Amino acid sequence: MSTQPITATLFPGDGIGPEISEAVKAIFKAAGAPIVWDEQHLGKTVDERTNSFVTRENLDSVLKHRIGLKGPMTTPIGKGFRSLNLTLRKELQLYANVRPCFSLPGYKTKYDNVNLITIRENTEGEYSGLEHEVVKGVVESLKVITRGASTRVAEYAFQYARDNKRSRVSALHKANIMKKADGLFIECCREVAERYPDIQYDEEIVDNACMTLVSDPSKFDVLVMPNLYGDIVSDLCAGLIGGLGLTPSANVGANGLALMEAVHGTAPDIAGKNLANPTALLFSGVMMLRHLGLHDIAEDIHKAALAVIAEGKYRTGDLGGTATCSDYTKAIIDKLQGRGGDDSD
Amino acid sequence: QTPGASREHRVTLIPGDGIGPEVTNSVVQVVDQLKAPIRWDRFDGLSGAMPDGMPRLEVPAEVLDSIRKNKVCLKGTLFTPLSKKNTSTQSLNVQMRKDLELTVNLVHGFTLPGIPVRHEDLDIVVIRENLEGEYSGLEHEVVDGVVESLKVITEERSLRTAEYAFEFAFLNNRRRVTAVHKANIMKKGDGMFLKACKEVASRYPNIEYTEMIVDNTCMQLVSRPHQFDVMVTPNLYGNLVANIVAGLCGGNGIVPGGNIGTDVAVFEQGARHVSKKIAGQGIANPTALLLATSMMLRHLQLHSFSDRLEAAVMETFLSGDKSVLTPDVGGSGNTQTFTDAICEKL
Ligand SMILES: Nc1ncnc2c1ncn2[C@@H]1O[C@H](COP(=O)(O)OP(=O)(O)OP(=O)(O)O)[C@@H](O)[C@H]1O
Ligand SMILES: Nc1ncnc2c1ncn2[C@@H]1O[C@H](COP(=O)(O)OP(=O)(O)OP(=O)(O)O)[C@@H](O)[C@H]1O
Ligand SMILES: [Mg+2]
Ligand SMILES: [Mg+2]
Repeated sequence: MSTQPITATLFPGDGIGPEISEAVKAIFKAAGAPIVWDEQHLGKTVDERTNSFVTRENLDSVLKHRIGLKGPMTTPIGKGFRSLNLTLRKELQLYANVRPCFSLPGYKTKYDNVNLITIRENTEGEYSGLEHEVVKGVVESLKVITRGASTRVAEYAFQYARDNKRSRVSALHKANIMKKADGLFIECCREVAERYPDIQYDEEIVDNACMTLVSDPSKFDVLVMPNLYGDIVSDLCAGLIGGLGLTPSANVGANGLALMEAVHGTAPDIAGKNLANPTALLFSGVMMLRHLGLHDIAEDIHKAALAVIAEGKYRTGDLGGTATCSDYTKAIIDKLQGRGGDDSD
Repeated sequence: QTPGASREHRVTLIPGDGIGPEVTNSVVQVVDQLKAPIRWDRFDGLSGAMPDGMPRLEVPAEVLDSIRKNKVCLKGTLFTPLSKKNTSTQSLNVQMRKDLELTVNLVHGFTLPGIPVRHEDLDIVVIRENLEGEYSGLEHEVVDGVVESLKVITEERSLRTAEYAFEFAFLNNRRRVTAVHKANIMKKGDGMFLKACKEVASRYPNIEYTEMIVDNTCMQLVSRPHQFDVMVTPNLYGNLVANIVAGLCGGNGIVPGGNIGTDVAVFEQGARHVSKKIAGQGIANPTALLLATSMMLRHLQLHSFSDRLEAAVMETFLSGDKSVLTPDVGGSGNTQTFTDAICEKL
């Protein structure tokens, strides 16, 4: 293979972050992924240039490589500085959050047929942070929807569907109630849909969609929605397939910049004990490889992990198994290497 | 029969759009068979859309007057056409809730015997603020392409909702109340809602009180729903949570609900949908509206009628005869076969 090495930023993060990052690095190496990691750690104090624990160097690394993988991080508690996620989102202009949710073959949950992508607008809506107490006991919170942000996320959704051979995009909304705000969102989706005649487009009211998702998730394909609904629906979908230990995500920014991350938190209860499930971060890494066009290696890693989970011998505690993080990692590596001899692509 | 049951109660009946008329007819037949002392003031043809497809902008005064006079109403959902020409800031359903000051919405999800669900033995009550929050109807386009929508949370309505939830839990021997919020993001708005819940919780030391962020709540609902008992929520989250609960319990054909104000109560499906896709085919499941009717009868203090209706619904599911059940719950029957089965049980 003649692929040039690609440098990607890696934030191992806190809690179980370093363990699962090690697992991902080892698996990538075994798979021959041409990735060189630029490891970045957050500052121990607030960086004045960013007003956050995220340092200028951290940001510059992602801005330079335009691709990164991020473990879970603890937001230090205190006032007067920006949260980590907000800093990354604003500085890197991460406007869309993409979460694939699919049932793992051989790992039984109450739902077997999940194969969904949720795409969430990530910059505005209910997260505007604009609130005030008008008079005592009356609070107004502003939800802001703009044509620019709505069109951008809709374009991403349709392009994602096309690139990933998906046939349908559904926009979720509450335009029967928020006629102007959500009305603008679906208007933008409709306009973009016209430019993608190969992708089927429909709209559904978000409460109805929630009901459908819990009764028959196979009715959906790619979902695109404003910020708050995206937050809620993407977690709902993660619940369908067995929780956060399995769900990867991508944050997409301007000009193809992308920062992938596991959806789960730092899991302080199991941190440092070699018990964490690295699958969510690994699959985030797989999304990263796909984003870079390295589809074959992405597929190899994905298949190897699925096979290990399906076989059931090496599963971590959150999936009801007794394997350690390193047992599971080694099993995936063995799978990858066992396959080395029998094909020649 | 209940002593005193001879007093007739007038109830406003709004069949509504979509499957509304079909499931309403089922209710009318069943209430007849029950010989419950109900007289319907019926408003057929009230639709969210005008005959030309444009949205109806106002609930007719005679309808509101009837409900105000009768104080009790049974209602199907009114359809909201999504049209740029819809200059009303509210859907008719929302308008009605506001005009009648129906402050609280209650949805009771429980699994019925014999219908396929993923989690058995659920029994969850969602109590939702019904008038404000994201449903304020206050929106404007600031400049071209930028819309602001106001979410309004007041201490007064938050307290009312919380008080209703805890009192409901107390009177019905429920163990736990979970407040659903997103106060990590909407610190002031949802923060105020939470503060109200906390304050009320402190007056009910025997009821366990927990708080949960809405996205996590939805994940927990689909993976470990048995942890939930009574849930109390601001308006929009309640809408989503109640629909998830309905989905878990078998769909919007199953789960009943009601809206409660100071002197008026309106009963309807717990998941308020018009179900256009199956409308007019005679296959809608009337269970949700029948159970809502049972709630209504209890509200009217017609306890034995309420109990008999609920028992007849239960028995029909228990009997396991799929040929009378509607397709949404795996049956091969239709609205009428199901209605007949209930009437027979009565
Ligand atoms: N990758 C994982 N492998 C195994 N278990 C996990 C994993 N991620 C999360 N969990 C389990 O799920 C629980 C909740 O995880 P999570 O860290 O997201 O919680 P949190 O309180 O939201 O943390 P944070 O404040 O860092 O976001 C953990 O305590 C842990 O038991
Ligand atoms: N009372 C009911 N009995 C049986 N099935 C129902 C009932 N109400 C809804 N459904 C089913 O649930 C689905 C969702 O209903 P809902 O009314 O919310 O959406 P819709 O029909 O897709 O759209 P809309 O009615 O908004 O045009 C319907 O397609 C219908 O099949
Ligand atoms: Mg979330
Ligand atoms: Mg977390």
